[in-house]
Amino acid sequence: MEITVAEALVRCLEQENVNLIFGYPGGAIIPVYDALYNSNIKHVLTRHEQGAIHAADGYARVTGKVGVCLATSGPGATNLVTGIANAYMDSVPMVVITGQVPVSQIGTDAFQEVDITGITIPVTKHNYLIKDPKQLSQVVRKAFHIAATGRPGPVLIDLPKDVAQAKIKFTYPRNIHLPGYKPTYKGHPAMISQAGKIIMESKRPVIYAGGGIRISNAAPELKELAETISAPVTHTLMGLGCFPGDHPLFLGMLGMHGTRYANQAVTECDCLITVGARFDDRVVANIEGFAPDAKIIHIDIDPAEIGKNVQAGLPIVGDVKQVLGKLLPLLKKRKNADWTARVQAWKKEYPLDYIKDGALKPQFVIEKLYESTGGDAIVVTDVGQHQMWTAQYYKFKEPRSFISSGGLGTMGFGLPAAIGAQMGASGQRVVLITGDGSIQMTLQELATAMEQGLPLKIFVMNNRQLGMVRQQQEYYCDKRYMAVDFQFDLDFAALAGVYGMAGYTVKTPEQLVDMLPAVLASPGPVMVNCLISGKENVLPMVLAGSNINEAID
Amino acid sequence: MTHTLAVLVENTPGILARVAGLFSRRGFNIDSLAVGRSEDPGISRMTIVVEGDDSILEQVTKQLHKLIDVIKITDVTRDDFVDRELVMIKVNTETSTRAEIMQLVDIFRARIVDVGPKSLTIEVTGYESKINAFENSLRPFGILEMVRTGKVAMLRGFKSITISDHQKREETN
Repeated sequence: MEITVAEALVRCLEQENVNLIFGYPGGAIIPVYDALYNSNIKHVLTRHEQGAIHAADGYARVTGKVGVCLATSGPGATNLVTGIANAYMDSVPMVVITGQVPVSQIGTDAFQEVDITGITIPVTKHNYLIKDPKQLSQVVRKAFHIAATGRPGPVLIDLPKDVAQAKIKFTYPRNIHLPGYKPTYKGHPAMISQAGKIIMESKRPVIYAGGGIRISNAAPELKELAETISAPVTHTLMGLGCFPGDHPLFLGMLGMHGTRYANQAVTECDCLITVGARFDDRVVANIEGFAPDAKIIHIDIDPAEIGKNVQAGLPIVGDVKQVLGKLLPLLKKRKNADWTARVQAWKKEYPLDYIKDGALKPQFVIEKLYESTGGDAIVVTDVGQHQMWTAQYYKFKEPRSFISSGGLGTMGFGLPAAIGAQMGASGQRVVLITGDGSIQMTLQELATAMEQGLPLKIFVMNNRQLGMVRQQQEYYCDKRYMAVDFQFDLDFAALAGVYGMAGYTVKTPEQLVDMLPAVLASPGPVMVNCLISGKENVLPMVLAGSNINEAID
Repeated sequence: MTHTLAVLVENTPGILARVAGLFSRRGFNIDSLAVGRSEDPGISRMTIVVEGDDSILEQVTKQLHKLIDVIKITDVTRDDFVDRELVMIKVNTETSTRAEIMQLVDIFRARIVDVGPKSLTIEVTGYESKINAFENSLRPFGILEMVRTGKVAMLRGFKSITISDHQKREETN
């Protein structure tokens, strides 16, 4: 029996065990929506395509599954671009399906036509424009395979309306042919044994671990590695949660807003074991001053990351979990008593700190959130100062419990990502920590959250300004503050009320402490408007051109 | 240092845009790029001449490999190879210069492919330095127009840059 390509697409999604899609319909994608009418796949209608794509992203980050997003041609497709780039930078598996004008109209500047495959080449792992109805199931199968394997990433499928309406005989391919795509999973044995030797010969090892740990589910191996060789662990923003935040060997985040002790340990180490991380400029700062005395071991599944920013003495291309699994038996239990003592002394001497002057400090809010949740929450952030404070002051226990836009730094990611996260982890408490700048970029998704009945706990770090930009202008523009103050004072508690959500405003530490238990225990959604000081900076801070151990505070 | 890469790609629409876009957005310089069908109709072969040191070449190669449609990359400059480029030059001719130009065509073993009342169109192939020398010797007469295909290259001897039958059949589960 023949079915339409749109119906076949829905069958393909069912074959890939998709049960949740985020999307926004429009003319060119209507055939697919029509096919969804009879499917058990749940579709979440957002209020903007950007909301849909970030929600699919948040869902994918929490579940480890491929996030699926659907939008129409033209503006529907271009509204996805930020979210696709965001997923690409943070290696999030996603399949994005866009409608397109009929094949005969492609290239004619037709109504709502845009060359979305052309636009998204630089921000997708791969993309497809389906012109032949017979290609559909092969393409979908390939898209899911490419998105989820190797270094994950978003794959876009552009589906012209007439192709979607064409009839085909449906079969779902078991095998696919991708001669140019063969990720390396097993690390080279000779390199792994050499790494073992370097590690055992080192006196001052440090583990620098990134998002690759989460993606390859290698948190147990990471912990075993650290404990076997008594090496302190520092995380990138994307790595947070993989190593327990309260572990004595944990140094917190490194880099521009990293802890002093993490940055000092990296600067003085003689062996830097880099696992699933990519020497981002926010981590490395001045390259010459980064881990100057260290033999650098770099384990990553993406060969293009090796030697891109920092030359590794010993590169190992492979899946982090598999490589660590082969490396661990080569290592002997050891204590680096001197080194460990020095690192612990730095931790005592240079703790993360802020001035407690009775005002409501954002760091305090986050500390209290950690204490009140016991670390048992999925914390989603937006981008800016609140994001860095969360990374610094919340002690994450589990991989996939911290969801944040790292590489692209997308303001507006938080709320829709929290929606996706909550839908992927329905029994768990999802806390969104956002800023008054960020949340206003995708504020419309409050309606989506309410419609889906999600009990999100939203904390708006409200300083009536764009704090991170203000901070940079303070240091780099001699306090010439330009375009960072919000003159209009938005009452977020009242706004929450408009959406039918409980809303509160807190101005003092005492008010927060009083209110927090009830907020967190509430079965419904709550928005807490935290009126924090407008002068607070994220510290320590490594200024441009400095080495990472030369932070100011 | 200049490297010549032979790149085998799946013959899909948009592959040229993917490769060209990659070079521009990563800031790599292309000296020339030639593309056409290979011995296998499903596979195109690109010859890309890149300027850069070893670390740049390593990044170029790795980033190219990340493109799903790129199957195989060989740096032919690491081996013995032959390369050729085809050039067509339309040169201004007067009655007084025609004979001299035709002599140059002979010396460089070029060919005249079109004769006009005031021009000759000449085709020449060869390696780069020969073509440059030919171009320079024609310049005084007035070059009206020139088009170069970009370099193509092959390894010398029996060694070849192809995709194995095994690779062609291999499927992913």
